[in-house]
Amino acid sequence: MQQCGIFHETYKEDMAIFQTPFIKFWMALFFAFLAVFPWISKPLNAALNTNTLYLMNLIGIYIIGAHGLNILTGFTGQISLGHGAFMGVGAYSSAILTIKLGIPFWVALPMAGLITALVGMVFGIPSLRLKGLYLAIATMAAQFIIEYAMRNWTSLTGGSTGMVVSSPSFFGISIDSDRSYYYLIYAFVIAATLFTKNLARTRSGRAFVAIRDRYLAAEVIGVNVWLYRILSFGVSSFMVGVAGSLWAHYVLVVNDEAFGIWLSVQFLAMIIIGGMGHVLGGIYGAIFMTTLPILLRIPEHALTQVYPGIFAIFQSLTEGVFGLIIILFLIFEPDGLAARWHTIKNYWKLWPFSY
Amino acid sequence: MSEIWIFLQLIIQGLAIGSVYALVALGFVLIYKASSVINFAQGELLMVGAYVCLALLTTYQVPFWASFLLTMAFSVVLALSIERFVLRPMIGEPVISIIMITIGLSLVLKSIVSAIWGTQIKVFPAIFPQAPIKLGQIVVSEVYVYTFLASMIFLVLFAMFFKYSRMGIAMRATANSNQVALSMGISVKKVFAISWCVAAVVSAVGGILIGNINGVNITLSAVGLKVFPAVILGGLDSIPGAVLGGLIIGILENLSGGYLDHFFGGGVKEVAPFVVLVIILMIKPYGLFGTEEIERV
Repeated sequence: MQQCGIFHETYKEDMAIFQTPFIKFWMALFFAFLAVFPWISKPLNAALNTNTLYLMNLIGIYIIGAHGLNILTGFTGQISLGHGAFMGVGAYSSAILTIKLGIPFWVALPMAGLITALVGMVFGIPSLRLKGLYLAIATMAAQFIIEYAMRNWTSLTGGSTGMVVSSPSFFGISIDSDRSYYYLIYAFVIAATLFTKNLARTRSGRAFVAIRDRYLAAEVIGVNVWLYRILSFGVSSFMVGVAGSLWAHYVLVVNDEAFGIWLSVQFLAMIIIGGMGHVLGGIYGAIFMTTLPILLRIPEHALTQVYPGIFAIFQSLTEGVFGLIIILFLIFEPDGLAARWHTIKNYWKLWPFSY
Repeated sequence: MSEIWIFLQLIIQGLAIGSVYALVALGFVLIYKASSVINFAQGELLMVGAYVCLALLTTYQVPFWASFLLTMAFSVVLALSIERFVLRPMIGEPVISIIMITIGLSLVLKSIVSAIWGTQIKVFPAIFPQAPIKLGQIVVSEVYVYTFLASMIFLVLFAMFFKYSRMGIAMRATANSNQVALSMGISVKKVFAISWCVAAVVSAVGGILIGNINGVNITLSAVGLKVFPAVILGGLDSIPGAVLGGLIIGILENLSGGYLDHFFGGGVKEVAPFVVLVIILMIKPYGLFGTEEIERV
């Protein structure tokens, strides 16, 4: 049972992320589950007919990226349709740094983040004068320009053949299996989640939220709108760049096809479905968007047995189902899964006397 | 062929493609002006129109004039249902949600089209004669000339519609201010619906024209993205701006494709409009004729 009253006696208690023993207990259990997941993934593979550990790793990478976009869109209110390409910038920078310059992965990863932050800030400059839809169009242009560079700057990026990247190693241990990479990714996921959660409570985070809610008012009370908008672009792109770098060294082949506008739309869909401006939103959204294709495969599989020709149709319908889900969420649950979860939790807290 | 003729040829082809952009941009600006909705599904409306017309022409062997009218009718029905079931619940929602919902819409339309017709390129049965025309040393396929003429006819038709018809005037009033229009007895809901219809119809016409030149496949929807540079150049809320922007972007893209492809290894045509877009946004964000938003505290 949850405690019925919480009494804070110190500011420290009041500011804690995990406030009650109940939540601490469940979080400990959750982390324990994360730690042993690679061992329980084997039986799950058979049940779900997919490589669940690979899926978990993808989810982890997307969570980092979704947190990044959530800082920009959810906290600062700046829409970006270019985060797919920014992730590509991170992946390519990391690949170029490790392959062409021979820099170790552990240095290349933060450098990839910084390069992406720089690129993001350059394309964020229009945000100083533009809002909402203008910014969406500007970042969409960024998406296409970066995509073009990735495809056609052959001497640097290897063109459409892409680049082959090697796995990182940790004190001589090569991190090349799904299981070892799982721990690497989730170390970053936890760091990114804590960072995002804490960012919302710092001076910068509050400035972001003030700009989102009413930037004129924010400017009047002394928030440097110019600085914080660019900062938000920088932080957001940094995280997406790190996600891209992790992706590159996990998948081991970097090519431009992975970072199309579709990925940008997916990132936006993640935070909308998960819940914009909620830290948990990025996590729910990433899980939802990554598992949905797997779940869609179940009816597809069943129907293919009956009508063999239906496979091709289903292939093309997957994107449509994504689109439909985005539409339905925006109409019926604009605050996303995080808000829905909150409502459900509150309902049961007072059950059977809920109203 | 001397330099100047190549240049002229590129311009004429660009003008033809640009006229289609102008047509589609007109629909885009119309929706934006009336209801402040940025429509990311404009290209998909165009694609659906092209596919429906193609299916009527080839699969059902309907004569062109009839399939053209049927396509228009279909576009109207599609637009009405999109406006009623997708966009109307979103009135008053933040810009991000509205952008996202039109993106979702574009995914749905694209996947329905590829589920029905597949993704291979289909050749449009020639509507216009394809014979080359010679003007001095320029050789242009006749289809470009007809495309340009057809787009211009539609642009003039819609210009007349806005200027003289009762509904057109109501639409301009609504674009100016929803509240004032409402208080003058104009049904704003009806205006929103009509502007979606007009947008879908002009897009479908654009789709048929472009399909005639390049063939029809799923990437046709990319034309909808080219509309963004056009409308930003012309100013988001200006119909003459959209037309001019469309023409300029068409010419610009063709010229850059013709002259810069050697230096950047092909495909410059696809990206040049977006480079222009970013530059315009940085120096003159409200375009040539757009109204500047002035905010007062």
